Amino acid sequence: MNTKPQKDRTYPRNFHQAKWDEPVIFELHREGERGLLVPQAEGAIVNQVGDGTSCLPEKMRRKKPPALPEVSQMRVLKHFLRLSQQCLGADINVDIGQGTCTMKYSPKIHEVLARMPEVTALHPFQDEDTVQGALEIVHKLDCFLREISGMDQFSFQAGGGSAAILAMASVIQAYHEARGEAAKRDEIITTIFSHPSDAAAAAVKGYRIVTLYPNEDGYPEVDALKKAVSERTAGLLITNPEDTGIFNPDIDTFTRIVHEAGGLCGYDQANANGILGMTRARDADFDLCFFNLHKTFSSPHGCGGPAVGALGVTERLKSYLPVPIVEFKDDKYVLNFDLPQSIGKIRGFLGNFSVVLRAYAWVVSLGAEGLKEAARVAVLNNNYVLKKIRELRGASAPYAEGKHRIEQVRYSWEELAEETGVTTEDVICRMADFGFHLWTSHHPFVVPEPFTIEPTESYSKDELDEYLAGLAQIVEEAHTNPDKVKNAPYRSVVHKIDPSTLDDPETWAITWRSYLKKKAKKK
Amino acid sequence: MNGKHKFTHPYIPNSVPDVKSQMLADIGIEDIAELYEDIPDRLRFKGKLNLPDPILSESELKRHIHHILSKNLTCASHISFLGGGCWQHYVPAICDEINQRAEFLTAYAGEPYEDHGRFQALFEYQSLMAELLDMDVVNVPTYDWCQAAATAIRMAERITGREEVLCADTLSPERLSAIRNYCHPVMRVEYVKHVPGTGLMDMADLKAKISGKTAAVYFENPSFFGFLESQGDDISSLAHANGALSLVGVDPISLGVCEPPSHYGADIVCGDIQPLGMHMSYGSGQAGFIATRDEARYVMEYPSRLFGITGTSEQGEWGFGDVAYERTSFAEREHGKEFVGTHTALWGITAAVYLSLLGPSGIQELGKTILQKCQYGQQKLAEIERIKVPRFNGAHFKEFVVDFSATGLSVSEINTALRQKGIFGGKDLTQDFPDLDACALYCVTEIHTKEDIDRLVSAFDEIVGTKKEKGHTK
Repeated sequence: MNTKPQKDRTYPRNFHQAKWDEPVIFELHREGERGLLVPQAEGAIVNQVGDGTSCLPEKMRRKKPPALPEVSQMRVLKHFLRLSQQCLGADINVDIGQGTCTMKYSPKIHEVLARMPEVTALHPFQDEDTVQGALEIVHKLDCFLREISGMDQFSFQAGGGSAAILAMASVIQAYHEARGEAAKRDEIITTIFSHPSDAAAAAVKGYRIVTLYPNEDGYPEVDALKKAVSERTAGLLITNPEDTGIFNPDIDTFTRIVHEAGGLCGYDQANANGILGMTRARDADFDLCFFNLHKTFSSPHGCGGPAVGALGVTERLKSYLPVPIVEFKDDKYVLNFDLPQSIGKIRGFLGNFSVVLRAYAWVVSLGAEGLKEAARVAVLNNNYVLKKIRELRGASAPYAEGKHRIEQVRYSWEELAEETGVTTEDVICRMADFGFHLWTSHHPFVVPEPFTIEPTESYSKDELDEYLAGLAQIVEEAHTNPDKVKNAPYRSVVHKIDPSTLDDPETWAITWRSYLKKKAKKK
Repeated sequence: MNGKHKFTHPYIPNSVPDVKSQMLADIGIEDIAELYEDIPDRLRFKGKLNLPDPILSESELKRHIHHILSKNLTCASHISFLGGGCWQHYVPAICDEINQRAEFLTAYAGEPYEDHGRFQALFEYQSLMAELLDMDVVNVPTYDWCQAAATAIRMAERITGREEVLCADTLSPERLSAIRNYCHPVMRVEYVKHVPGTGLMDMADLKAKISGKTAAVYFENPSFFGFLESQGDDISSLAHANGALSLVGVDPISLGVCEPPSHYGADIVCGDIQPLGMHMSYGSGQAGFIATRDEARYVMEYPSRLFGITGTSEQGEWGFGDVAYERTSFAEREHGKEFVGTHTALWGITAAVYLSLLGPSGIQELGKTILQKCQYGQQKLAEIERIKVPRFNGAHFKEFVVDFSATGLSVSEINTALRQKGIFGGKDLTQDFPDLDACALYCVTEIHTKEDIDRLVSAFDEIVGTKKEKGHTK
């Protein structure tokens, strides 16, 4: 019988995460145990070729077997199941605290589909005729994304958002090379509230990075851009809304200025979840854009991939895309390798098809109105959370005072830290005690004591309230018993981690063998 | 939901009108449209997205997609000999069991507290790969072998301060293309010729091309064509004598029986873990690894996450965290090492499961089985008139080149005929390698039975000719 008192408000739940105190897999080694038996060559094969290894040149033959642990099958299973229980995926968590990452629901039916043999048993070099179903999915999602963005062709080769940024920078560079201007156009412009990879991946291509900071209200400034562009400008790589959740209303002026300077404009649509069907890359005159299919389009994040950065371009840049692209010709889906100015490959094969499949399934389950509804509700949820967080003592949402935000907000605990000494890091550790994750911000921390929340469309109001109740309780504790927050977590898997070993080459241990060697040396 | 569908979509709980109204009231507005105040009218999309009507029930969605996918022929319904960077190996049930777990499948970037299991699993992945490779540092996996090789080369550039890489000219065309784009325009990519009969690196050509400008020499084992590059120690020595690094790409599933590259002088080793428990999924199972010695000058050049083991405030408790996070672009944007983002962590966890299951005996036995079956395939095919197998002499692992030039048939014609017999023939090399006209790359792994190989042999017999008479066969 439930004897809990009637609640007058939402409290964080009485949570405790699984804690198995599970050893490292090498500690489970018991000589002679086996986890899996593998097929042996048939007798007739052995009779014909012998032991197989004698064909290897002596110096190519492994002398000492790898020191992998020997563990029985059920124990291996148990080990990794226990580790999984010590991990809070979005399916379990109210995962709104990982702003910029769009931790929305990844429908389970997609997993069933992605694990059918018609997917898992496809080899990427199969003849076109044998993969018409797969190519149909790829082509149709391409067409959907053209509609959603206004672009003319998509490539799904990039294995993540950052790889898509690299591809955008590569296309921009190839475009200027074709015009004989690559040498002088050596700068890419971005903003500080665009993802770090907009700067970093472009730098891999040899670009000098010019980073714009927002004005006092948090908006990127047209005047700052005007000062930044020159004959050295190769292009602009920018998010909108930015990681603050603020939409840059002058974005079309930005693209015009860059175009007038001779540059191309690439739109990082990592933050597209609130604007699907509302405004399009084409409407703001972008030349390139990309979506994260593992974020906005529901494919699961997988602890950090596999993923797809879906890269879209306008017609004049189509011939620069990575090869092959999928086309529909003469009643058949075909792979087109014939893109004369192609940047080549960004990743092997056609990219992560299983991610493309999930994104396709998501779009066809929602349709045009459903996509817009997802966007609208994501924005509604965000502004609801914003309203409630602004009411918390010590929390603030810097910039754009009094305005609403799109799909996420970068908040600050600066006042809380000043008043109580409790920092964002402390709040994060305490949130783990309630079964919640909270994230800070990319670096540099332009917003002091930052935290970033993106509720998406997937969580109910009750769940949002529960998450907010966790934050509210921590604020209360920060004022009444700050040590309680500062010593957290208590009810997560592990206690305060000692980071002191992780930055020192003498003590860091990136593998178990390295740990053992360094431990032995210390003794 | 608006329009004709008067219900709440299962994926959007707060679409319920009463909830929406209450939230709008809490915010102090009347319509969601007010929340978009910052998007000027000129930028608003006012049309209707031309997308198909939604398929609203899960049951119909499943049927719809299954209908499309059923147009595929698969390597489950056919016998496939395709390889070339994505290979059909057996995937143990527990690999799928673990990577389907909602906790891992839907986690992302949590802290080492609530995501302790993710950190530990990936630390174990690094540790298990380290044993296989006999090296002390392995990264959280990157996109694929293309990316791993490209990053290994850029690491070498930063370590040596030199801007030229010498690559074996026997690399996969895809990998080479990705490397070229990733290096351009910062580095020059030059090629070292191979010896025509064996495919091995032409050492005289390497000697002629290597210089004080060379950052690294990159080659693979087994090569894209399946033969083993047995001069690894000589190549590494020559690289080192010139102040360059030795970079080696390797198929990790060969390392139960083949020496790891660290034993023949490799400074940075890379490759793809797809064979270690990932389905092919049309190329979705790829994930790249990079490994080095535990020296700061190497570790500090990784762009990837590196998870390290440490303690916590509780005696005897393991904790995990990022090693040298300040190297990364997350910390330093364009001043970090290359870039880091979402890569292929789930496949790292899966490979950890795979290696834990196989253990030292399993990985050795598996390598042996693959060698035996691969040799059997080569020997049986060699018995067929007008087919040359293997095109390159020497020991092979898992793959070999079949030369059909004497048959008068193209690979495409042969593959079409094979398909009618329920077989996917090898990857056609004709387009990519002018020297390998009418040649195809065949792959034999542990999943192939003697019967599968014999079926291929008889199919060839019918398609391209007759069996060589006894005595003609080597």
